[in-house]
Amino acid sequence: MLQTVFFYVFSVILVISALQVILAKNPIHSVLFLILAFVTSSCLWIMLNVEFLALTLILVYVGAVMVLFLFVVMMLDIDIETMRKGFWKNLPLALCLGLVVLAEMVMVLVTKPVVVYQITQTDNSISNSNQLGWMLYTKYSYPVELASVILLLGLVVAVALTLRPSSKNAKYQNIAKQVAVSKTGRIEMVKMQAEKVEVIVDEKVGKDKEVSV
Amino acid sequence: MIGMNHFLILSAILFAISIMGIFLNRKNIIVVLMAIELMLLAVNFNFITFSSFLHNIDGQIFVFFTLTVAAAESAIGLAILILLFRNMRGVNVQDMTQLKE
Repeated sequence: MLQTVFFYVFSVILVISALQVILAKNPIHSVLFLILAFVTSSCLWIMLNVEFLALTLILVYVGAVMVLFLFVVMMLDIDIETMRKGFWKNLPLALCLGLVVLAEMVMVLVTKPVVVYQITQTDNSISNSNQLGWMLYTKYSYPVELASVILLLGLVVAVALTLRPSSKNAKYQNIAKQVAVSKTGRIEMVKMQAEKVEVIVDEKVGKDKEVSV
Repeated sequence: MIGMNHFLILSAILFAISIMGIFLNRKNIIVVLMAIELMLLAVNFNFITFSSFLHNIDGQIFVFFTLTVAAAESAIGLAILILLFRNMRGVNVQDMTQLKE
């Protein structure tokens, strides 16, 4: 009973905040409502006995990604009015499409029900984090390494994209310049006179010494 | 009692809302990025629901990787956004036609 009440409370909050994300005029409000949506869905995940991922959602999304979003939205000077242009014009199409997608998914669920087991409280002997860690570092150890490479990629790309070429310490290739280079730009032919060799006689040594002029 | 279908329908609603968001805010690339995040959340919801009700932990592992990829994706997306804003003094999607010329 209590579970039902909590489910409906959280899901109503989740749906309303998701609607606010896409309908809010100010992007800052969208970001804040998205944070609310993430927190609410992590509550729902805890109801499904998925504690580790629920906490990861809060740590990774609310703690890192949404703060990044908030930084960017605050830094950029966005003209809200031009952004909202075409909002009402697109509304019928968007509404139709959303309803069609929703109807399709619900029809799949209704017409072909999946075999459902009830959540059992019996497998509490091993915690969720323990099970997840066990799987991650045995069966899925190679994908974990791939995921770390993806994170490294994100780091390098973000730095490489936002580093200004004009800053003093940045070493950048000017690719247009490199492509446009021609033979004449690289090699300069210099006309030089051949060196004359003068022979003088050194008195002391009495030997011929070559001195180039 | 709350069954599996309740959670699945909730995630379907979330997915439909985010699709609507992409269509409604076509000009505003920030809200489009946020709608993509919401869409990934709906997908993760599906994974976790199935994993929890069918007692199979592989779905949760997949959510783990989805979270990783989504974090990298949003970091790169926001970097591109900053670059666009710096070059074009605005983030209007309609102005991004330089490659046409």
